[in-house]
Amino acid sequence: MKKELGTFLLLVVLCIVVTALNPRFLAPANLQNMARLIGAYGIFSIGLGLVIITGGIDLSVGSLFALLGVLLSMMLTEWGWSSVLAVLVVIGAGMAFGSLHGFLITRVRVQPFIVTLCGLLFYRGLARFIANDETKGFGSAAGFETLRNVATGSLVGIPTPFVLLAVISLVMWVVLHRSVYGRYLFAVGRNEVAARYSGINSRNVVASAYILSGALAGIAGIVFAFYTNSISPSSHGNFFELYGIAAAVLGGCSLRGGEGSIIGILIGTALLQVLQNLVNLLGIPSSLNFAVMGAVILIGVIADQILQRRAS
Amino acid sequence: MNAAVLQMKGIEKRFPGVHALKGVELEIHAGEVIALIGENGAGKSTLMKIIGGVHQPDSGEIFIDGSPVVIASVSEAIKHGIAFIHQELNVLDNLDVASNVFLGREPLRGGFLRLIDNRKMHEETQVQLTRLGLEIPTSIPLSKLSIAQQQMVEIAKALSLEARLLIMDEPTSSLTLSETARLLEVVKELRSQGVGIIYISHRLGEVEEIADRVVVLRDGANAGSLTRASVNHDRMVKMMVGRDLDHFYQHPAADKTPLYFNVKNLRTSRYPDKQVSFDVGKGEILGLAGLVGAGRSELAQAIFGVDGALEMTITLDDQPLRVRTPQDAIKHGIYLIPEDRRHAGLITDIRIRENVTLPALGRYATLGLIAHERERQSAVEMCKKLNVKATSVEVKTANLSGGNQQKVVLAKWLSLEPKVLIFDEPTRGIDVGAKAEIYELMRRLAESGVAILMISSDMEEVLGVSDRVAVMHEGSLTGILERGECTEENIMRLAVGSRG
Repeated sequence: MKKELGTFLLLVVLCIVVTALNPRFLAPANLQNMARLIGAYGIFSIGLGLVIITGGIDLSVGSLFALLGVLLSMMLTEWGWSSVLAVLVVIGAGMAFGSLHGFLITRVRVQPFIVTLCGLLFYRGLARFIANDETKGFGSAAGFETLRNVATGSLVGIPTPFVLLAVISLVMWVVLHRSVYGRYLFAVGRNEVAARYSGINSRNVVASAYILSGALAGIAGIVFAFYTNSISPSSHGNFFELYGIAAAVLGGCSLRGGEGSIIGILIGTALLQVLQNLVNLLGIPSSLNFAVMGAVILIGVIADQILQRRAS
Repeated sequence: MNAAVLQMKGIEKRFPGVHALKGVELEIHAGEVIALIGENGAGKSTLMKIIGGVHQPDSGEIFIDGSPVVIASVSEAIKHGIAFIHQELNVLDNLDVASNVFLGREPLRGGFLRLIDNRKMHEETQVQLTRLGLEIPTSIPLSKLSIAQQQMVEIAKALSLEARLLIMDEPTSSLTLSETARLLEVVKELRSQGVGIIYISHRLGEVEEIADRVVVLRDGANAGSLTRASVNHDRMVKMMVGRDLDHFYQHPAADKTPLYFNVKNLRTSRYPDKQVSFDVGKGEILGLAGLVGAGRSELAQAIFGVDGALEMTITLDDQPLRVRTPQDAIKHGIYLIPEDRRHAGLITDIRIRENVTLPALGRYATLGLIAHERERQSAVEMCKKLNVKATSVEVKTANLSGGNQQKVVLAKWLSLEPKVLIFDEPTRGIDVGAKAEIYELMRRLAESGVAILMISSDMEEVLGVSDRVAVMHEGSLTGILERGECTEENIMRLAVGSRG
């Protein structure tokens, strides 16, 4: 928890500052919308966090959202598949792409950056080709209202994506911080050689992180597809992988591997969404959006390093 | 005779816990080849590091051309005309020959633009290559050259620095026979050009061929020197060893069961055309001696399944085993305590507890979830059993001493009922007290019926701990000595490759 404290304080300070400058920050509608986005971004950021803990990286998530979103729309509206089947296919496809990444990284020994960079290009192209470069949507969602509700609805006033994130975080917290598998993830990320000498099948552990990340990207992909309700294959999900990586890094995941926590990733995700919100609420030109984020992430990471060095 | 190129008098050097050099003397003249020999740990590298400006002597004097000097840094050593050819080559294999030779002191042109004068660089490189009789283009990248050719490039670099004293550390350890012959020719050629050469080698055959004088170090002191006329194999071996050993050997109390753990026709990728077969009895400690680079660690890694053997048949208690991965080995109770404690033995920046329980984490888990208290108790218990000195099992292993780190590595495996334990350099960098504890533990494990294979380059350890000693030389097993035949001379003779 100590490691996440810095980022958490930054989040709290940021919230206070924004509230002071524009009290609408605390308006229920604003909080709800923010929670919804935190939910959607948090789900796949956790997956990215797992991959980063093994010392890897996944750049393909944003393009995967476009591909899965296009497929989801076509399955539901054009091919008339049932919601259940469509959901299973989307999550299954996420896992399949994840295992492909895992296979290329651990068996063919291509660097994670390269593998997932190629994924980023490939899935985007595939999405545009399948959709014939046309924007896809869900219309009135006749026949799959329940599914749409997962993305756009609420559960006793709390946006469903946020509820979903809460459940997933809880499960992943147990997996990462309490299970044998979680310990192996950290061990392999810290020192792959020593892990191997301790009898851990490090290749399978690494590959499984990509599969898990793929599954979580599938779930988040469904939420994003319904949230936007118009999936332009050439721009849907652009840069989302970078939000995920930024959230994980802000939350204390080291790109060298072997470090990170679910709580940290959640704080990191929240921090990014509050920043987005800040740009909107404070009337900062939205064109400056990325510049603000880049600056704050950089400051956050540097501050964190200084604090770490002080501590030791 | 002219003043010596280099003269060292009464060189003393202490490291924490080790008296590395005890008044060493060394003298070398222009156009002379001195072979510096001694066992692992005799002080050769420390002495060379002092000449190279890496270490400073605690006391003693160094003269160059008869005048006293202090070699305070590597760059000063270079200024004095001292050049090193290391065992591990220091080349950048993405650059071409000329760029390597002139790395860091490229001839420039173009004034403030500081462009590299490629023509001059290649021309001057060509001069050095010709001097060495090396027929390769100066524009070929090093990655396209053999190890022997890369080494020649290093020598060319030393020559272009106007080296008058060339120190070669085990230069032939990764060369083939014909490449070795070629290198020795070059050494002779340089000698006739007036370069002084310190030639460090374990290969006594080469030493006999090339040395004008042999200087022997033992336990950090001069053990004698031999002139060209008096150099012979037996004399050198005798000088290198010849010391009294305090034996801590304890005879096994119980009868060992022979042929308990059998390894047949083991081939590793390091020495693909050599096969090794041996056996370790139940309750026996088999020492595995040899010089650095003889292929012993590769053998251990192959048995443990880390670095897949090209070919290997192993049986344990008459059961044939299939070991392809460490998981296979662990399943059968075969464990390795690796040489590189900090990188392979432990994850140093996680806690003692997490390291100790890593290989058998499943035992402390229900449905995949770790029961923390059970895990902690087991780690505490193992640390107590092995006398690990730490304030708590929650301490990072990076903060422990070498001895305590090694005990943590042992703790990883001892809770798993070992059948075969392979120790690779079990006490390297460990202080005397912890050493004794580890030896005692090894003996106790053997008594309890574990078959132990102990790789060691520490002669005292090999003789003191082993029931039998197998010796390797360049990938093959040159002999297995029974307890009665285990003497330093016999082991050394096999280790340098002379059979029988």
